[in-house]
Amino acid sequence: MTEPNLPNRWRRFSEWDDRPLRRDKFATEDPANGFSAFHSLNDPKPGVTMSGGKIASMDGVLAHNFDMIDAFIANHHLDPEIAVEAMAMDSGRLARMLVDMHVPRAELVRLAHGCTPAKLADVVGRLTALEIAFAYSKMRARKTPGNQAHVTNAKDDPLQLAADAAIAVAYGFDEIETTMRVSRNAWSNAVACAVGAAVGRAGVLFQCASEEAEELLIGMAGFTSYAETVSVYGTEKSFTDGDDTPWSKGFLAAAYASRGIKMRCTSGAGSELLMGFHEAKSFLYLEARCLCLQRGMGVQGTQNGGIDGAPVTASVPGGVRELMAENLIAVWLDLECASGNDARTTESEIRIGAKILPYLIAGSDLICSGFGSILSYDNSFNTSLFNAEEMEDYLVLQRDFEADGGLTPLHEDRALDLRRRAVDAISAVLEELDLGFPTSDMKSSVVVASGSNETRSFSAGAVGPISENIKSHQINVIDVIKALATRGFNEEAENLLSVVKLRISGDYLQTAALVKNGKVLSAINDPNDYCGPESGYQMSQGRRLEINNIRDILDQNEVLRTEARFEAGEAARIVYSQANVAQIGLAKDEVVIGISPAFGVKLFQTTAGHRLSDVLRVMIDAIVSRGLRARVVRLNHTADTSFLGLSAARLSGSGIGIGIQAKGTAVIHSSTRLPHNNLELFSNAPITKLEHYAGFGRNAAAYALGESPEPILVPTNGESMGSQYHARVAMIYAIETGLTIEGAEPQEINVRFLEGGKL
Amino acid sequence: MSENSQKLTIADYPLADTQPERIAGKRGIALQDITLEALMTGKVTMADLQITPKSLQNQGEIAADANRPTLALNFGRAAELVNVPQELIMSTYELLRPGRAKTKQDLVDRALLMRDEFKAAAIADFILEAADIYEKRGLFTYRF
Repeated sequence: MTEPNLPNRWRRFSEWDDRPLRRDKFATEDPANGFSAFHSLNDPKPGVTMSGGKIASMDGVLAHNFDMIDAFIANHHLDPEIAVEAMAMDSGRLARMLVDMHVPRAELVRLAHGCTPAKLADVVGRLTALEIAFAYSKMRARKTPGNQAHVTNAKDDPLQLAADAAIAVAYGFDEIETTMRVSRNAWSNAVACAVGAAVGRAGVLFQCASEEAEELLIGMAGFTSYAETVSVYGTEKSFTDGDDTPWSKGFLAAAYASRGIKMRCTSGAGSELLMGFHEAKSFLYLEARCLCLQRGMGVQGTQNGGIDGAPVTASVPGGVRELMAENLIAVWLDLECASGNDARTTESEIRIGAKILPYLIAGSDLICSGFGSILSYDNSFNTSLFNAEEMEDYLVLQRDFEADGGLTPLHEDRALDLRRRAVDAISAVLEELDLGFPTSDMKSSVVVASGSNETRSFSAGAVGPISENIKSHQINVIDVIKALATRGFNEEAENLLSVVKLRISGDYLQTAALVKNGKVLSAINDPNDYCGPESGYQMSQGRRLEINNIRDILDQNEVLRTEARFEAGEAARIVYSQANVAQIGLAKDEVVIGISPAFGVKLFQTTAGHRLSDVLRVMIDAIVSRGLRARVVRLNHTADTSFLGLSAARLSGSGIGIGIQAKGTAVIHSSTRLPHNNLELFSNAPITKLEHYAGFGRNAAAYALGESPEPILVPTNGESMGSQYHARVAMIYAIETGLTIEGAEPQEINVRFLEGGKL
Repeated sequence: MSENSQKLTIADYPLADTQPERIAGKRGIALQDITLEALMTGKVTMADLQITPKSLQNQGEIAADANRPTLALNFGRAAELVNVPQELIMSTYELLRPGRAKTKQDLVDRALLMRDEFKAAAIADFILEAADIYEKRGLFTYRF
């Protein structure tokens, strides 16, 4: 509430104003000015005409009027023979084929070779978000899903880069991508991440996003293995303003492959709008042009789904559905798809969770084309949809939906070991190659640091000379492998060599290739074969157990161990002496407290953490303070609160009883009422305080005296009691019900508070 | 492994697994001989870690078999560029960017160089195609 006294405003709106969602800005649908996801004024109707076996017109443009993009698509993407067949097909029929599990992926891919950009957009635009996700799951190229991490930090500190790269690899990322705060630090970043990624297991594909010529040189020195900064655009003017043409980018595609470096292009909705040349065409149509271009260039894949344009795309109606639609066009065109989910599209965590879900359950070649594996302030690409802060949320989403998001939980001890090893390894390399001499303080600060704000290590300025020396001394990956081995890091040397060797065969240049456990996995040897339920990617039992193994999981033994820790403390505070079978009391001045079977026997604290001895004591004291007596009985036939309360009331001379479970749930009952129609109930034990239990005792006494007290209310702040406590509660309650005996009689309990039990 | 006369297929993939003895880097050292020991003794150098035109042609055949004709063509262009020096690659890329070539002839000359000096026929065709389109679209203009 910013202005509680503002007249003429429902204050709910002020509260909404303060929610993170309201920091997002939403744009009106305005096709003329380029703000339109699926349909715009100048989107052409799909069509191809042929003349003498050549394309005479495409999407309403005659061949002699083709701009560069049209010309490239007509020359390099469109297969004229298939175009005649595919363009004649009804778009609605093609849309249905995409979601028809009986239509093989290969047949749709074949038809895509003859589809123009307008046709692809027209077909995909007919699908709902659900249908797009389903079609995406069927059409993506490689069967096994993957994920990509950003590994950067705000200081370009090589020690932290190495530690964080090792962590990213351990979490299971298939590709890691770094970039710099200061461009001259590129070489240092590349060496640090390459070394870090070799710690712990056979490495992964690695990229250092930098200026094109520099990036290629770093790749040739063997440090990096893929590139994805080759951007393309959907209008000619955007393309030339981006200082490239389809031919310059196409040439780069060949150049990267000639050096054995995997490459994908980057494109995405909103880029033409941001660059000011949208031609009043929709996001989806422009992106379809980009994707046809990419297939024409012969790149194996794309990074699309908005990318840097994702936030502006998400600001228009249907924008998030459009991002999914353009990913679908990519995979329909048989391109590897690193499906965006990188630039953070929103401040709302709900929109983030909703954004990722379709990709998580559909799977994707690389679900995020940059999951920030580091803290958001350390992300030199800008904050991602998911960052290190939200890592565990993502891991739990995998577990919730039994969906393989590519990541594996990492336990604390292992994480610390890996960081220490990675920092030692990069330090050894820096020393061995005479590049730098990190102190033990620098190293230890990085090992335990969550982010660069906490490190006492290299600054961005100090990294400059390291990076320049790597470049000027022409240090290559062999020098680094040798340095590792010389200093005893043999495992890391072997791991790094195993990835570098893969370059020679060119196997990872094929579509959707990853390196998993030292082996190349791509759309060739791991093709997506989805054709209905129980086909396509299925998690193995082993993989399922990996995903399930998040940290801090409860089981009944853990619950019993926790209780056992309280047992000794309670023994010093309270003695429960079992006496005879409890009888119905005759004294009008008594209130019976009926405790549950495990109360003080196997369970010793409420879910709020109060000692049961304290709870009993405050209730008894409150009853006594009204001049009444409290009689404690243990009920053995039930653990249910209502019946505990009613049974206690039936035994009570006053007709008023309190029933209480060991977890702290309590009820005041009257012997004259129906079982579930109690006088008062504390159902939210986790937030029930001792003062509430004292009030309960006071009120029970008041009812016994014939008064009508104000009920004790336990205020809630809307906590999610179920998610916080129900797993534990169910286990605790099973312990209670396990002790019940059908028809067992209640026992009189003499409660004696010991010296140690003073409140 | 297919016969030499036959084209490779997806069954031959990944080549590093199906024919480690036949995969080699630029100087001919086979993949299986590229070990940490060989590297430590200096027998293996960066040249041995470079991809060869042959490997790219092989991957092109596999891509074609997987019905990825455009990918196969790019592997073909890449194979032609393996032995083109880095500086020439970067200057050709630069020349293909908007407004770098001031006339169509600049690009034609570069295409001929690629064809005559490096037997890079597909690359030459690619550059010549660009020259035509750039002329039509008026890209030989001043930019900076």
